[in-house]
Amino acid sequence: MQTTIEPQTSFEVTDQGFYGHFGGAFIPEMLYPNVEELRQNYLSIIADPGFQTEFWQLLEDYVGRPTPLFLAKRLSAQIGATIYLKREDLCHTGAHKINNTIGQILVAQRLGKKRIVAETGAGQHGVATATVCALMGMECIVYMGSIDMERQKPNVDRMRMLGATVVPATSGSQTLKDATNEAMRHWINNPVDTHYIIGSVVGPHPYPDMVARFQSVISEEIRKQLFTKTGRETPDYVVACVGGGSNAAGAFFHYLNEPSVRLVAAEAAGQGVSSGHSAATTALGKPGVLHGSRTILMQTEDGQVTEPYSISAGLDYPGIGPLHAHLFESGRGDFYAITDDEALQACFELSQLEGIIPALETGHALAALAKMNLKSEDVIVVCLSGRGDKDLSTYSKYL
Amino acid sequence: MTLLTTQNRISDLFSQKSERLLNVYFTAGFPNLVDTVPILRGLQAAGVDLVEIGMPYSDPVADGETIQQSNGKALENGMSLKKLFTQLADCRQEGITVPILLMGYINPVLQFGVENFCRKCQEVGVDGVILPDLPLDLFLFDYAETFRRYGILNVHLITPQTSEARIRLIDEESEGFIYMVSSASITGSVKGVSDTMETYFKRIQAMNLRNPRLIGFGINNHETFDMASQYANGAIVGSAFIRHLDEKGISPDTIRAFVQTIRA
Ligand SMILES: Cc1ncc(COP(=O)(O)O)c(C=O)c1O
Repeated sequence: MQTTIEPQTSFEVTDQGFYGHFGGAFIPEMLYPNVEELRQNYLSIIADPGFQTEFWQLLEDYVGRPTPLFLAKRLSAQIGATIYLKREDLCHTGAHKINNTIGQILVAQRLGKKRIVAETGAGQHGVATATVCALMGMECIVYMGSIDMERQKPNVDRMRMLGATVVPATSGSQTLKDATNEAMRHWINNPVDTHYIIGSVVGPHPYPDMVARFQSVISEEIRKQLFTKTGRETPDYVVACVGGGSNAAGAFFHYLNEPSVRLVAAEAAGQGVSSGHSAATTALGKPGVLHGSRTILMQTEDGQVTEPYSISAGLDYPGIGPLHAHLFESGRGDFYAITDDEALQACFELSQLEGIIPALETGHALAALAKMNLKSEDVIVVCLSGRGDKDLSTYSKYL
Repeated sequence: MTLLTTQNRISDLFSQKSERLLNVYFTAGFPNLVDTVPILRGLQAAGVDLVEIGMPYSDPVADGETIQQSNGKALENGMSLKKLFTQLADCRQEGITVPILLMGYINPVLQFGVENFCRKCQEVGVDGVILPDLPLDLFLFDYAETFRRYGILNVHLITPQTSEARIRLIDEESEGFIYMVSSASITGSVKGVSDTMETYFKRIQAMNLRNPRLIGFGINNHETFDMASQYANGAIVGSAFIRHLDEKGISPDTIRAFVQTIRA
């Protein structure tokens, strides 16, 4: 399965790393050489035939791609439209995150890096990073908010079993934002031999673009699989949850320039958009700078970043990737805010209708279906970003 | 680039003094909201050459634990840019003559409005700013003109990893001084003074830059201040002073004692 990962879209990033008003590289000088090294090299590294061969081989033999596109008949009947599930939960390690970590570890090797640092929220990106580090024999340090370490304990153990060092982030809200701060600080302290594998389409340019390219395999496969099944490559809707937005970016990527395909993003409303305990970034945020890019950001009037809340650790983040901020601002994407309860209910429903236990993050995408005013002839692809094993301790409270 | 036409206390200072300059950082609104101006006064009385006032931020990525905590405490105390400008409003009329820099992150400044921010700086007598996460190219493209119009200097950082070509560019585009980050680190690191550090200091010294240089990060006592002053025009102390304020309080005497141990 040899193919390219070139974007063919007007939502393509500019040379300075902007999508519309959003993006860029707002980084302290301490990070400039690293980020610049990456910026100057990532496109040529990715385009290199040796890289392409190794990347696609690993996606096939190690990750288990292509992942199935599954027609969910009972869910379709319940929703009243045709629903396909893109089964990223069947990737090795249980989520889409590994598409990106495979790509980035190959980039890190080619940049001569010896050590990997990463942040993680739900632990899925941390596990995916620890996994590729084990595979490639590289040292791995993962920062994780101490609150997330509690609520996603199985993933902490998985990372440790894979040989990674998991460091609790104890500052701020002790969740994903703070883990990202700590990972960046670690990178500042270790600039020469360390590569930072960011887990979503966030961070300074070129990260959002690089991660989106690695995740774009999701929509590349959807197009082919949907064509085989229905005779058309384009659904009416593609639906994905958005924490930073990497599974959404991957699922949207090859549809960005086709306005007939509505792109639907589900954000975490937590206990409700106006409850004060929410992570619904586009509903609550304003333009601002976080973790190296200008994006939409939950913040106070004074520009202090607001501590977000979601039951799902992977969506518990006060920003979104700059591509998504651009999709929101330009009207290309539809954004829905899904509460904890709605997401939980959708997770239970999918489990009992289709025999698939999804991650809490994914539950947000599934819950959006009920809010979309779908017609019976609509064809929808939902990105089933991950499996729910890591969330069993949360689910068990509702059994 | 066009040089500043208006007078600036930082430029004036460096034209009068070029050795062993001491710049001390503290966080506005820490330990208590109302401590900003008393600390400023204390530092001036103790004879520091420049003062860097931290604008607290929720996510100070380039800072270590000490300054993270002082930022957090200051925000808890209710500090904001608006309040800081109110606190500083009369300080120049009330005898503060030491050059003042504001140091912080770009997001609160963007929310305040860059033009509004520069205007306020000029009004209250702030001379320069340090915004580590505002990259040079974006600054030059979007904001340099505004800063110049209000006579506010923007101080840029270099690190041991900054390439020679980029140091030349930064030197070309800088006014006031260049902030030399001593090692690859966040603030408050205790890596100590190493041979590689000295090699770096010597390398930069030999470049004969047009701007004076102050060395910061990890300068925490007399030895490190001395060593930095050998290779640059002086040094910047931050985390060590925050720890001192936290432990010993903000009285003029304790501030003087701290400055004396650094200068000794
Ligand atoms: C299963 C799953 N889905 C979604 C996300 C959210 O990340 P992103 O928005 O980058 O896809 C996570 C993050 O941890 C996740 O584990």
